[in-house]
Amino acid sequence: MSRTDVRKTYKLYIGGAFPRSESGRTYLVNDASGRLLANAAKASRKDARDAVVAARKAFGGWSGRTAYNRGQVVYRVAEVLESRRAQFEAELAAGGSSGAEARAEVDAAIDRLVWYAGWSDKIAQVDGSANPVAGPYFNLSSPEPAGVVAVIAPASALLGLVSVVAPLIAAGNTCVVIASEVVPLVAITFAEVLATSDVPGGVVNILTGEVAEIAPWLASHMDVNGLDLTGVTDADLARDLEVAAADNLKLVRRAGVENLDDSPALDRMTRFMEIKTVWHPMGR
Amino acid sequence: MSTTFEYAPAPESRAIVDIKPSYGLFIDGDFVDGHGEGFTTINPATEEVLAEISEATDADVDLAVHAARKAFRSWSRISGAERGKYLFRIARIIAERSRELAVLESIDNGKPIKESRDVDVPTVAAHFFYYAGWADKLEHAGFGPDPKPLGVAGQVIPWNFPLLMLAWKIAPALACGNTVVLKPAETTPLTALLFAEICQQADLPPGVVNIVTGAGGTGRAVVAHPDVDKVAFTGSTEVGKAIARTVAGSHKKVTLELGGKAANIVFDDAPLDQAVEGIVNGIFFNQGHVCCAGSRLLVQESVADEVLAKLKTRMATLRVGDPLDKNTDIGAINSAEQLAKIRALSDIGEAEGAGRWSPACDLPDKGFWFAPTIFTGVSQAHRIAREEIFGPVLSVLAFRTPSEAVEKANNTPFGLSAGVWTEKGSRILWMASQLRAGVVWSNTFNRFDPTSPFGGYKESGYGREGGRHGLEGYLQ
Amino acid sequence: MSTTTQSTLADVTASDATLRRFLHGLPGVDQVGADQRAAGLGSRSIKTSSKKWALDLAISMVDLTTLEGMDTPGKVRALCSKAMRPDPADPSCPHTAAVCVYGDMVGIAKSAVQGSPVHVAAVATAFPSGRASRTVRLEDTREASAAGADEIDMVIDRGAFLAGRYLEVFDDIVAVREACGDAHLKVIFETGELQTYDNVRRASWLAMLAGAHFIKTSTGKIQPAATLPVTYLMVQAVRDFREATGQMVGVKPAGGIRSAKDAIKYLVMVNEVAGPDWLNPDWFRFGASTLLNDLLMQRTKMATGRYSGPDYFTLD
Repeated sequence: MSRTDVRKTYKLYIGGAFPRSESGRTYLVNDASGRLLANAAKASRKDARDAVVAARKAFGGWSGRTAYNRGQVVYRVAEVLESRRAQFEAELAAGGSSGAEARAEVDAAIDRLVWYAGWSDKIAQVDGSANPVAGPYFNLSSPEPAGVVAVIAPASALLGLVSVVAPLIAAGNTCVVIASEVVPLVAITFAEVLATSDVPGGVVNILTGEVAEIAPWLASHMDVNGLDLTGVTDADLARDLEVAAADNLKLVRRAGVENLDDSPALDRMTRFMEIKTVWHPMGR
Repeated sequence: MSTTFEYAPAPESRAIVDIKPSYGLFIDGDFVDGHGEGFTTINPATEEVLAEISEATDADVDLAVHAARKAFRSWSRISGAERGKYLFRIARIIAERSRELAVLESIDNGKPIKESRDVDVPTVAAHFFYYAGWADKLEHAGFGPDPKPLGVAGQVIPWNFPLLMLAWKIAPALACGNTVVLKPAETTPLTALLFAEICQQADLPPGVVNIVTGAGGTGRAVVAHPDVDKVAFTGSTEVGKAIARTVAGSHKKVTLELGGKAANIVFDDAPLDQAVEGIVNGIFFNQGHVCCAGSRLLVQESVADEVLAKLKTRMATLRVGDPLDKNTDIGAINSAEQLAKIRALSDIGEAEGAGRWSPACDLPDKGFWFAPTIFTGVSQAHRIAREEIFGPVLSVLAFRTPSEAVEKANNTPFGLSAGVWTEKGSRILWMASQLRAGVVWSNTFNRFDPTSPFGGYKESGYGREGGRHGLEGYLQ
Repeated sequence: MSTTTQSTLADVTASDATLRRFLHGLPGVDQVGADQRAAGLGSRSIKTSSKKWALDLAISMVDLTTLEGMDTPGKVRALCSKAMRPDPADPSCPHTAAVCVYGDMVGIAKSAVQGSPVHVAAVATAFPSGRASRTVRLEDTREASAAGADEIDMVIDRGAFLAGRYLEVFDDIVAVREACGDAHLKVIFETGELQTYDNVRRASWLAMLAGAHFIKTSTGKIQPAATLPVTYLMVQAVRDFREATGQMVGVKPAGGIRSAKDAIKYLVMVNEVAGPDWLNPDWFRFGASTLLNDLLMQRTKMATGRYSGPDYFTLD
């Protein structure tokens, strides 16, 4: 007689913990062929609010770490993902990818993490500047993380998620991510990787549920500093979210035509960084 | 013979400027009449009408954008080196006509000639010179191997630094190969219109720079025009948010330089006499009409009395009056509307229980004037500690520890600038890292340079102007 | 200055350690900020009527100086007559505050200015380097004072100051002041050797605590000599010292001030920073030689309305 497997309950990832939605709601997630995969938690606006609180709480510590340390942590995420690649390949395959596609996606996700890990202690050198002002002053500009960034992840279960999250955390931001509505399960499994990779709780928070329901709360949240619309395909929703983001002048990255399979983009880091310029007189 | 020092009225001659009775819009290389009702610009120091100004309607703005679009085709294709030469030319003509520009700026804006002559206009020339040099080096700027211009830039600027804000907008836009439609503030259009003449003198191709005068409606038309690819705005946070909503969902790239409520933080080990100068310069420079003004003085309690005493002594030497007098430190408030706003917020400060103090000073009968003012005993809960007054009004708050200073400094929706005064190097660097502001002046304040990026965090806007970073907002 | 400073002022010279703590506890000076403030003060324009007054005031503040190895009694006598009557053609022209000479010329100068209000100032304490034993420096002072000097310009031991031996410098000044007798004491810092603005501020307080009547920038033998920012710092120091103690101390920039335009910048600065109480030869002096003729030329220009030339002013 065959063994009955123990199925995973897919929950949210907030502040380093895996709570159910406070609303108690779930929704059905099917694979490409319409077969039931699992129930995913259906996050509410209150879950989104809690996630922002967790992200804000984590921001000071995470942005205050050395860039070297953040790079090591992001690299550690790549290591753990590599060690659990079989699970991700299986989940991607369950979602409808072919074996080769699943392997390629996991490869790309790991490599992308490694790429951004290396950037954490280089971005200030590339995006900063020493400014030769016409006067007796030392003047230096350097990029700093903007704060809490809300992200609508693209509908690419693993690579898409990694492509939006890795640059944010490598830069020192913390984030609240709404996972792809149609392929949310891998995101929660990826949260397990984050939870075991020295990424402090609250640095990445992952919500599953309806984008149209949760995203407006994040877009209008006055304690969120940035909004990444990469995963928003509905132009009207994208506009509405950008309008809401204007309430506190969030940095907004609009959904573009980029292909996430292409090489990773540095502007995913710089878009959510602020340039700070410091002046000091030079005198004896 | 006198037996004390009396400063002479040392007025700069007005003869150098030739203000026409009326001005049109500058579109496609020519001055044309606008189709709006028209308005006047006045000298805020005398309330004298200076000129009739055309008001651009939606149709006029459309013409200007059309001219800019047409000019973009060739302007974006000529080599960077050639574009740069036009900008160098403009920089040189500004330097040649600097006294004329300075006098005109002081007449139209009310700022002291000392500042328009020694700060605004030289910085304008320097800004064009700096970006001129970038025009043929864009591939080295770190924005990709083959950076491309965006197209037509719609730019809306404020009245506090009319010509300097024009330079901050136009110089990088042109260097990157964009063409522009710029709307100066309705109370200070004259130097922008003189700049249009300078473009003609420089033989800048028609349509590369278009200047449309008008009020909020004209600005909205520029921002909302569908054929504008880039919106750059300096002004209030309220209007900045409206612009962000307008462009939402479009392809337009946006940079916004908005309000501020900067903390100027003085520690007990600061170079106190220079700190006092920095406080004065921080809030009274340009009548406090400065988005990055140090409008909240955070002073460590152990030196608060000493700093305040020194500050009051120093304020008593400030000379308020005729903007064209070379001895004037504080000129006229730019408009009756702004004066009313400053008065209203100051009255609220008093009503909320803060201690109000100004040195004795004789204000002229005509024109818009406000004596330099400080409020003591202010807490973070006072409106004068939270809202941008945009006038010569300083709120004084106390703190005890560096952490408290950081908390209070950052406790605002704004994040444009901050000042730190201490002789302890490690504390400066720690403070600089903790302050959520785009510009941190340590042991100095209100310094500007074309090479130095400027712009804010949070509700102070996004994007940077100046330096290499200033190119990003004008490239794809 | 806070009351805390006032109550502790008496104790600060109790030991080398307390004096050092006090001097190093003074607020620092940011060089760039101080330079900018001084430059800003230098850009004021004053009224024509004030300018006439300022030129006469500046003339009355000059310590007309000759401090050369080749000085002779004849040279000193000529200097004295110029000090008494700077413009022989115009009796309304004020006399200078003093002549400033080496100690061995005091007797000559004293008899030359006899009956006039012009003071005789003598440099002493092994001027300009001050590199001699304390015995020699004090004897130098006593001799000049005995010869009738009204004012003694001493130099501090810059070596001791820069090595941090503040109490030694303090004791020197106290001893020299005692040796001065009734003569007023000006203390020269040689700011060009002290180099930093922080040192200028510390030296100012050190000298004032030790009883200096005047603090003076330079000997004129070292470049840079007097500058507007250095003098600005010293004027701030005397202002702060009066606030702390009620006592007024004078300031004398010396060396390098050659034009009337520069002199007026100094006066504007004194007026705005310390106030009009210091606009008086008792409290502000210019140590200079060539400055006087430029002041006279400008004075003549204001009187006649045309530019004058050097041939019309005496070269003594």
